[in-house]
Amino acid sequence: MPQVIEFTLNGERARVEAEPNTPLLYVLRNDLGSLAPKFGCGLGQCGACTVHLDGTAIRSCATPVSSAANAKVTTLQGLAPMPGTLHAVQQAFIDEQAAQCGYCINGWIMTAAALLESNPRATDEDIRKGLSGLKCRCGTHMSILRAVKLAAGRMAAERKA
Amino acid sequence: MDEFVTTQRGTTRRDFLKAGGALVVSFSVPGCAVDGAARSAAALPVAGAAWPATVDGNALDSWLRIGADGSVTASVGKIEAGMGISTAFTQVVAEELDVPIGRVTIVMGDTATTVDQRGTGGSNGIMDGGSALRRAAAEGRAALLSLASARLGVPAAELRVRDGVVYAANDESKRVSYGELIGGRTFDVRVSDKPKFKDARDYRVMGQPVPRLDIPPKVVGEYRYIGDFSMPGMLHARVVRPPEAGASVVSIDESAKLPGLVRVVRRGNFVAVVCEREEQAIEAASKLRVEWSKPAPMFWTGYDGLYELLRTEKPRVTKEEGGRGDVEAALKMGARVVEARYEYPFQSHASMGPACAVADVRDGGAVVWFGGQKPYPMRHALADLLKLPAEKVRVVWMPGPGSYGMNDADDCAADAALIAQAVGRPVRVQYMRADGTGWDPKGPPVTFRMRAGVSSDNSVFAWDYEARGFSGRVRNNGTEQAGDTLAGQLAGGFKAKNSDWPQFPAESYGFPNVRKVSHTIDWNRSMPTGLRTAHLRDPDGMSTCFASESFADELAYATKMDPVEFRLRYITDAREAAAVKAVAGKAGWEKRVGPNPRSGRIATGRGIAYAPRNRSVVAIVASVEVDLQTGQYRVTRFTCAHDCGFVVNPSNLRGTIEANLIQAMSRARHEAVRFDEKRVLSVDWITYPIVDMTEVPDAIDLVILNNRPEARSLGAGEPASRPVAAAIANALFDATGVRLRRCPLTPESLLAGLKA
Repeated sequence: MPQVIEFTLNGERARVEAEPNTPLLYVLRNDLGSLAPKFGCGLGQCGACTVHLDGTAIRSCATPVSSAANAKVTTLQGLAPMPGTLHAVQQAFIDEQAAQCGYCINGWIMTAAALLESNPRATDEDIRKGLSGLKCRCGTHMSILRAVKLAAGRMAAERKA
Repeated sequence: MDEFVTTQRGTTRRDFLKAGGALVVSFSVPGCAVDGAARSAAALPVAGAAWPATVDGNALDSWLRIGADGSVTASVGKIEAGMGISTAFTQVVAEELDVPIGRVTIVMGDTATTVDQRGTGGSNGIMDGGSALRRAAAEGRAALLSLASARLGVPAAELRVRDGVVYAANDESKRVSYGELIGGRTFDVRVSDKPKFKDARDYRVMGQPVPRLDIPPKVVGEYRYIGDFSMPGMLHARVVRPPEAGASVVSIDESAKLPGLVRVVRRGNFVAVVCEREEQAIEAASKLRVEWSKPAPMFWTGYDGLYELLRTEKPRVTKEEGGRGDVEAALKMGARVVEARYEYPFQSHASMGPACAVADVRDGGAVVWFGGQKPYPMRHALADLLKLPAEKVRVVWMPGPGSYGMNDADDCAADAALIAQAVGRPVRVQYMRADGTGWDPKGPPVTFRMRAGVSSDNSVFAWDYEARGFSGRVRNNGTEQAGDTLAGQLAGGFKAKNSDWPQFPAESYGFPNVRKVSHTIDWNRSMPTGLRTAHLRDPDGMSTCFASESFADELAYATKMDPVEFRLRYITDAREAAAVKAVAGKAGWEKRVGPNPRSGRIATGRGIAYAPRNRSVVAIVASVEVDLQTGQYRVTRFTCAHDCGFVVNPSNLRGTIEANLIQAMSRARHEAVRFDEKRVLSVDWITYPIVDMTEVPDAIDLVILNNRPEARSLGAGEPASRPVAAAIANALFDATGVRLRRCPLTPESLLAGLKA
């Protein structure tokens, strides 16, 4: 039976009527018009659908919408601290030109942002391991790695300041 | 030799990056149409309308439009596959027209509004699309100067242009803008073969690392892909594929109540479900009860069986090229014959997202939105499939989730069209992961036998290359007939455009006796299955180069030469020799004959391979680190010398080369489509593993050669893939003394070699 489920989406209240086991991804994309998270595999194997659920990076293709009830959902479009600005990871991806087709980029930026939030002093190895569950078929890994390291350095410098 | 990033006229990379940042804040994205999904429904093309049979490529108006506000819209018959070509196109147009980059919008891949250049493929985006835009922009500039000359009463030769404003060289108060001259009106001018181009010495944006215009919207989630496109009243469909290769539908039980189900569509063995909501379609596809026939096994018991068949079966077609002398006689005379066999597997495009397409087929016409590389031939395939005249079919490209050749995008477009025709409403088909990886057309498997004759003084005087493989060109240069699509093949009754394409390497080794033979085996038997074949990035390039450049390394060892010295001794082309020298220099190549002496558990090595591709030349050195106890290894560094002539955008080129190398490393190390006798077993990222962040190199160092404005721009989308498998295999040999002759080059096979 469809249920009414409410949560916060990028700071605004969202209310949907859906089967509770519907993957959050389809509700975000088809009911709420939130298109930044992508369908990559539907199996939780690639990360293209990543969103933050109460600050934790999760795979929305394998997360039922019911688990978002009354929680805070953040997508790539709501990641920046304020409208019209960019999160440090987003800026670093531009600076390093870190995209080919870009379909996976949502997953890399959302996962890296959560990773650097939980481990501000992430080393090269931490970053490689922390991002190892993500796929990029174009092979953009080199520039992605440079971008995440650049963002880590900038975020660390900001914390000191 | 030209080093990588150069800046001209004081414009630094940093300045350009700042400009890129500014674009983000305004979310204005000139240079690439990203808002397909955001277009209002009223602006969408309507099925049933008629469109031109073709857009006239000789008319300047087909390429270039100038708005009253001075905005420039340039149209081109290519698509953006993710390498930043739309930004390069913007640079070409902005340069020749003398307008700011921010004023240019590029329109690509719409069969109703852009010239048929057959779409993208063969790394020809810059060569064909860029040169066509350059010609159009130069012609447009000349036409605008002529209009300005009449308006201002100043001879055209005395006019100058700055930022889209024409002024008299000796009196800048005499001025008129492009918008004022022609804004909103047509040129009515033919494009000539030889318009007057800008002098390359005056380039301001060509050759500069202009940041990609598509990246800011990508990093904020505003770039719109085919999967993001929707239209009012749209239904959601999923396909149901045969569970075994060659199975046909016996019956479909539609008695079960499936939530939201609108229709089950069946045409022959093509089956799909159509539902109101997406998740309903996914559920319906998994629950629909279809009884399939139990056909005899179509495949082989793994790769041993397949390669045995390739080696022994009578070929459909045999071709020979580039031979000289008498190889058989020479081999009989030689002091030694060196022989080796190599094998290369089926590989999947496995694009980041499985394909998606939206179709609206009504009122005797069709509009289909898809993410494939070649919308123009696709239009004819769809007209054939739907039994509509081509004028009533419009194909609109939108960015796809990765591409790399003829992936599943075209099949998905055909599925959507067939389903939409059946239900009479717009339909969105999103493939599931298994439909993508399991059913995309595969890069073809090839086996090779290489032989060489070596004289007593260790010189190679005979080279015998023999390839036996499936043709990789099932859809030669595009999906053009209904029978080229999976839907057409499953539905039945359509003819495919079969083609056999030989597999030859292109290195310029000047051995006195050379034979190159390519046999194409009957690949046709796998047509309606997940093992049918088509172009995968650099079709046949990685496999042929794996064989020929691995063998070159084996001959270096057999003739007691260093691998770089060996190549330089026999290469006859100056640019190829220059690339090999450049990469060896940049990599700090240490000369030696035979493997690197080992000590301890971790061994290191380096290997070289090179290849020309359509006049571009690439040479690569791979450095590896191997754990001798486990066989686990990592490429720690790639060094790449790359000659593709004048580089329109060096920062794009770096990104393109790096991604090429990493993707090719993934293919070389991990990728082989798994199958049993009845079906493809690679259906997701677990069963078709690819490269992971933990294993990518610490550095990729590039040397860019021949990057001069007067050198013709050549392709870069594929060439760097070509030598990668051979370079890694050669590096593993250097590190361990073990020669791997079957791709993928897995740690397990390396360990088996170490233990042997």
